[in-house]
Amino acid sequence: MMSNMSAVRLEGITKAFKDIVAVDNIDLEVKEGEFLSFLGPSGCGKTTTLRMIGGFEQPTSGKIFLGADNVDGLPAYKRNVNTVFQSYALFPHLTVAENVAYGLKRKKVARDEAKKRLEEILELVDLPGYGDRRITQMSGGQQQRVALARALVNRPGVLLLDEPLGALDLKLRKQMQLELKRIQHEVGITFIYVTHDQEEAMTMSDRIAVMNAGHFEQIGAPQDMYELPATEFVASFLGASNLLDGEVEGGDGNMARVKLAVGTTVSVPTDRMPAERGSVRVGVRPEKLHISSDVSANGHGSNSVDAQVMVSTYIGVSTSYECRTTDGSKIVVYVQNLGNAAQPIGAGASVRLSWDPEHTFAVGANGGDK
Amino acid sequence: MATEGRKKLAPYLLTLPGVAFLVVFFAIPMATVFSVSFQEGSLSKGFTFTGHYQNYTETLARYDTQLIRSLLVGLIVTILTLVISYPMMYWIAFRGGRRKNIYLLLILLPFFTPFLIRTLMWKTIFADEGILLGALKDIGLLPESYQVLATATAVVAGMTYNFLPFMALPLYVSLEKMDPRLLDAAADLYSSRRQAFLKVTLPLSLPGVFAGSLLTFIPAVGDPIDPELLGGVNTTMIGQVVQREMLTNNAYPRGSAISFMLMAAILIGVFLYARALGTEEMTG
Ligand SMILES: Nc1ncnc2c1ncn2[C@@H]1O[C@H](COP(=O)(O)OP(=O)(O)O)[C@@H](O)[C@H]1O
Ligand SMILES: [Mg+2]
Repeated sequence: MMSNMSAVRLEGITKAFKDIVAVDNIDLEVKEGEFLSFLGPSGCGKTTTLRMIGGFEQPTSGKIFLGADNVDGLPAYKRNVNTVFQSYALFPHLTVAENVAYGLKRKKVARDEAKKRLEEILELVDLPGYGDRRITQMSGGQQQRVALARALVNRPGVLLLDEPLGALDLKLRKQMQLELKRIQHEVGITFIYVTHDQEEAMTMSDRIAVMNAGHFEQIGAPQDMYELPATEFVASFLGASNLLDGEVEGGDGNMARVKLAVGTTVSVPTDRMPAERGSVRVGVRPEKLHISSDVSANGHGSNSVDAQVMVSTYIGVSTSYECRTTDGSKIVVYVQNLGNAAQPIGAGASVRLSWDPEHTFAVGANGGDK
Repeated sequence: MATEGRKKLAPYLLTLPGVAFLVVFFAIPMATVFSVSFQEGSLSKGFTFTGHYQNYTETLARYDTQLIRSLLVGLIVTILTLVISYPMMYWIAFRGGRRKNIYLLLILLPFFTPFLIRTLMWKTIFADEGILLGALKDIGLLPESYQVLATATAVVAGMTYNFLPFMALPLYVSLEKMDPRLLDAAADLYSSRRQAFLKVTLPLSLPGVFAGSLLTFIPAVGDPIDPELLGGVNTTMIGQVVQREMLTNNAYPRGSAISFMLMAAILIGVFLYARALGTEEMTG
């Protein structure tokens, strides 16, 4: 349902609060109908960015477009955008129906039409017949749905959601993730979704914008970013990563050769390299590694390092091995339990870890681009 | 069984000290005063209960002007304190930042001086040749005969000042506990600042308005001190009448009867007020 029209465009947006630069010169384009998440640790500027799109804060510099319109200086109440607030911010003196119909009333939507839309939206968020309840009589999950209904009923061009599931327990959160995705699919409205939970962002988003210290580290589809993180920050924030220090030694057209600090040399596809020379950190995801107690074997992929198992943890669907290389780097390996696996490898065992060069990525070594 | 019975009783037992206090210091005196209001006699001969309802009818006929004046002054004072303190408390609650408590203290500071002293100071300010009027008259801005003291203006002004904290504090509490993000939500839902105030802030502050109004109106109506010090013969209020009947004339039955009529008038007023604001909002 995504179109090529842009729903939101940020150009060089910066926001400073006195001496704190909360958002630092960011650019972003969100397509109509897209589900885009801002993912990043607490304090990285997600809420501030969202509030500038909503019109609650004005950027220090830069331009914001909603659709084709530049909305600089336009107050929140004149923007065709609605927000689901972090703590819902439901009006405690109004009933569920009055809360949901609040925006329709201000926009002077005709009574019959408003009533119809109210009923439809309560149906959509699975709260039919709850209109007369007081907000204080609703559970946390129900309040979350009311907040969603109150925003969606206005059929905004863009819906902004600031950690909408943050206050719910895990089980309810999982359920609401699916439900939110279903609702977004049904209404076809652009969602900009703020979360600090990488799993949530991965399962829900068409694209993720990973944010760190006021700027975007990388923007892309979840699977692309997982397979090929652009920075060390993304590699470690989005799922687990093993990162090993190394020096580029050269290579042929398709493969670069990197000499790891542990001693071995590994191959990395050239298009997955951040630089042609100098120091890099070579990464590989834990589930892409093969572990073998036969240190002379080299069956799986041509990249390998030797290590010692420190801890092995049986998790049911998989076994996790925490290993350490001779230079002290930590490497985590997940091995799926397929039932035919021979013997689990115990702590203390010497092992060879190997992987396919195609599963290897590399990021800048300075780590200072955080 | 026995312990269960005791468990059920426990909450009631906890209220016992309070109930006992109210019975001894409120219910019994009230009943006594009520009984006195139907008695006849004098201080020297003693008072006897005769069901003398004329204590009510006759005093009402004699003091109806003062009673109505008091209710009216109470109403005006309540409205003035509300109008003055609402913007002030709004500002402190939403814009006070970290210095909220300091601002609040600054406003309350004058009220740390005794009521009587404060009112006497107002008397100095309002005196015909005092620092305010004297100066204005000297430069010819006011005619020599101009007077504030001993007028209703002085009484209302003094009372508005004296009762301000009783309005301001409950208002502050109700405004301060409001989540400011509700204003973002209102703006998000197409409300201008004015609409957000009318639809969200104001309704949510109504419990404070209600509490503040009661705390101001009730004592203001019966207040004998402000009219005594700042008013004149034409501004006599019901509190002064009660004081005179009780303490000067020793006419306890009449004083008691007036007190009960005053109470009834206030109760009716409060009841109508609560109905108008909506009891639903009051109790949340
Ligand atoms: N109104 C404000 N005044 C001053 N600093 C602020 C304000 N709002 C946010 N900040 C600062 O901006 C940074 C980003 O905050 P925020 O956008 O809320 O982060 P996030 O939502 O990612 O947790 C933080 O350092 C925060 O302290
Ligand atoms: Mg936030």
